[in-house]
Amino acid sequence: MSESTIKPPKKYTGPVKWMRTHLFSTWYNTLLTLVVGYVLITNVGPLLNWLLFDATFQGAGPEDCVGEGACWLFINQRLNFFIYGFYPDELQWRVDVMFALLAVAFVPQFIERFPGRKWLGIFGMTGLPLIGYILIPGGILGLEAVESSKWGGLMLTLILAYIGILASLPIGVLLALGRRSDMPIIQGLCVVFIEVWRAVPLITVLFMASVMLPLFLPEGMSFEKLVRALIGITLWQSAYMAEVIRGGLQAIPRGQYEAAGALGLGYWRKMGLVILPQALKLVIPGIVNTFIALFKDTTLVLIIGLFDILGTVQSTIADPAWQNVAIEGYVFVAFCFWVFCFGISRYSQNLERKLDTSHKT
Amino acid sequence: MGTTMTQHPESKDSQAEKKPGIIRVEGMHKWYGDFHVLKDLNLAVDQGERIVICGPSGSGKSTFIRCINRLEEHQQGRIIVDDVELTDDVRHIDSVRREVGMVFQHFNLFPHLTVLENCCLSPIWVRKVPRREAEAAAMEYLERVKIPDQATKYPGQLSGGQQQRVAIARALCMKPKIMLFDEPTSALDPEMIKEVLDVMVELAGSGMTMICVTHEMGFAKTVADRVIFMDGGEIVEEAPPSEFFSNPREARTQKFLQQIL
Repeated sequence: MSESTIKPPKKYTGPVKWMRTHLFSTWYNTLLTLVVGYVLITNVGPLLNWLLFDATFQGAGPEDCVGEGACWLFINQRLNFFIYGFYPDELQWRVDVMFALLAVAFVPQFIERFPGRKWLGIFGMTGLPLIGYILIPGGILGLEAVESSKWGGLMLTLILAYIGILASLPIGVLLALGRRSDMPIIQGLCVVFIEVWRAVPLITVLFMASVMLPLFLPEGMSFEKLVRALIGITLWQSAYMAEVIRGGLQAIPRGQYEAAGALGLGYWRKMGLVILPQALKLVIPGIVNTFIALFKDTTLVLIIGLFDILGTVQSTIADPAWQNVAIEGYVFVAFCFWVFCFGISRYSQNLERKLDTSHKT
Repeated sequence: MGTTMTQHPESKDSQAEKKPGIIRVEGMHKWYGDFHVLKDLNLAVDQGERIVICGPSGSGKSTFIRCINRLEEHQQGRIIVDDVELTDDVRHIDSVRREVGMVFQHFNLFPHLTVLENCCLSPIWVRKVPRREAEAAAMEYLERVKIPDQATKYPGQLSGGQQQRVAIARALCMKPKIMLFDEPTSALDPEMIKEVLDVMVELAGSGMTMICVTHEMGFAKTVADRVIFMDGGEIVEEAPPSEFFSNPREARTQKFLQQIL
């Protein structure tokens, strides 16, 4: 191949040219630029003033919040409650350990070439929940027991979302495979399961789990409310997950099934090694969408008396000692949710890029 | 050239015996719904034989060879491959598929795996060959189809001809006793057909039992022991290539040959 000396034309031609072509190309473009510019200038300043410059961050109590800006002091002082709920102060290190492990397992996932990040990820999905299962409730290995009714805040939100996400994916995969199965009984059961759970609002599921389920269980057998909520969330979520994954399974060409079969791979190997890796990759956006929706739906546990992060903030806002802190509270909750959901979203985009082997141009 | 090829021990032994009737198809019928696609097919293939099946499109030739590894089910008659009869029994199907390699018109490589991983997948998971051994064997086969340098690439980065050669290598990695080719050059650009046919000719020379559905009459003339002409779901004529091309007996065969030659 001979090296060509002709280079492609340069695209970048300086900020003035850029502005002329993108912001002031026509009279209505110019007008729009000016209007948007005006709105930005008149609003961003006051917003920043409220959020930061006039805001109160430190002080002794409600009486220090006198400025024009936000009263972050409120968040600051009640942060412990927002993160741990009623978890006893002296035992909160156990929750902190879990937060730290969560960070250790998942922050490296964002760093390309971090050594052993695959193993950290696997630990996050296997070891981490096991450690949490021992550490958070306690009651064994000499750890003081903490009833689940004392859990709350961000910690509870994360527990609900994490277990819901982790458990619903494999159940969803099985349901999706079952729905496409050749065996009529398995297929029928999966269709009924999916269609029933998917057609019921999560609120109803949670009510049923907390109020009705105990009525059906035999005498003496009872689960904690949190476990019941978790089972409800997981099953409900897995029905959604199944349909997302089924979409991916249907997109895989028949030739892939045939080639895998012709190589002598049995059903589970064919699915596990050839079909699912491709199908799941295709539906990563859908799966992540479902995860994010679940993460936010966990706030609904409020109605069965579990205090997730929104619940703790809301109950604190009602505290007569603090006046007019509702906006600060909700902004804080929104920010917390945004951080986690945005993190999930970024990670999934990372993953999609990494797994892309299509080499489409 | 065939005798210098890499051959696994079993096939050498069995080649010495030249086992007759490694594939036996007896009175086989198949329907799609009410449509009778395959009508009373009978065929016996000896080990080491090379069969080419040709015929107009819709004649059932692809369906026929897909029945031999049970990608399609037959409803009547018997198919016996290497002494195992194909029935609904999944174990029988799996054991037949282990011994029968297949190459498809559209390659059907696994796009999420590299060329080498495509080749090693089945030996590792089905034959339980240790990874390192499987990779070494796969490299040997990739060399044989002349693309060892592409081993770490993904199928999407290869040309059609290269992909089809990988597909052949992937099938060979299972050390099959029989190879089925389902129109392996039909989806290729003209300039890539030869590189795939060369590999197939070389494979034929190594003593592999082959059944090949193809429109490449040149290939049929050079390597086939027998040419089978199918039309309307029936075997119309069956003859050695010399006879088949120069002196076809049936009117339908003559018409077909006039159209394609």
